Amino acid sequence: MRELTLHLLDIAANSVSALSQNIHIEVVEDTINDRLFMSVKDDGKGMDAEMVKKVIDPFVTSRTTRKVGLGIPLLKAAAESCNGWFKIESEPGKGTLVEVEFQRSHIDRMPLGDLPSTILTMIIATPEVHWTFRYRVNQEEFFFDDEPVKQELEGVPLSDPMVISFLRDYITEGIQSIQPPE
Amino acid sequence: MEKIKSLEDLKKLRAEALEKRTAKVISGQKEVIVGMGTVGIAAGARETLKAILDYIESEGLTDIVVRQTGNIGLDSFEPIVQVVIGDQAKVTYGRVTPDAARKIMKEHVVGGNVVKEYHIEGK
Repeated sequence: MRELTLHLLDIAANSVSALSQNIHIEVVEDTINDRLFMSVKDDGKGMDAEMVKKVIDPFVTSRTTRKVGLGIPLLKAAAESCNGWFKIESEPGKGTLVEVEFQRSHIDRMPLGDLPSTILTMIIATPEVHWTFRYRVNQEEFFFDDEPVKQELEGVPLSDPMVISFLRDYITEGIQSIQPPE
Repeated sequence: MEKIKSLEDLKKLRAEALEKRTAKVISGQKEVIVGMGTVGIAAGARETLKAILDYIESEGLTDIVVRQTGNIGLDSFEPIVQVVIGDQAKVTYGRVTPDAARKIMKEHVVGGNVVKEYHIEGK
């Protein structure tokens, strides 16, 4: 995967698979301290310590009772090669927090990619989840909570053409109004 | 269509959307499902899903539900898209690029004909 937002989508899709009801996504670009941070916090079924170990390094154990992908190990390696770090905190029955940080200006740092499309596709294609999204650039912030939208729209699905148009414009403009150049 | 900027304007949008939906009942529920496992995302599932949403928006299609699902188990065919129309059997498509997605939307979801070119037989 060549964009950080594709990794973000991958982690969020894991949260959806873990039957989360609430998923919070955070992206922070700190151009002053030269850091780029992303996190996904969910209240899904969570993982025990052994499963977390396996998700981070699928080659530690030869047991293949559950299938795990390579998305997370690749993201961890990418962060660590860019003066950054990667962390998973998880508890069965409570949920999972995934955090990753990069040196923003590092030559090997993947581009962030298409953040508006990433948030938009997640919100529309998993309407059963309550999504919150915070994007911060230094002192400025765009926050989006899909709950008020769903309440207002009662009876109209998120994949209605007018709703797609509204969400796309709202999210794209919110992000672009504070997004710094790559 | 007038641009809607704030959450307050959603009330207007809702009324208008509900009005347009009253005529849809005849066609039955249409569902488009996109596989969003790691392999699917790496193969371009986000762009495929985006193309589907763009198509719905530009054509003003009001009776379609778009959903994502985890790994469908057909890695070499990703991105995978599945179409369910009313009580008909689910149709699975493979290697669905944004162009392929637009074709599937036009010919199958709207037109009612399976697009053989991308159809994975037996699925």
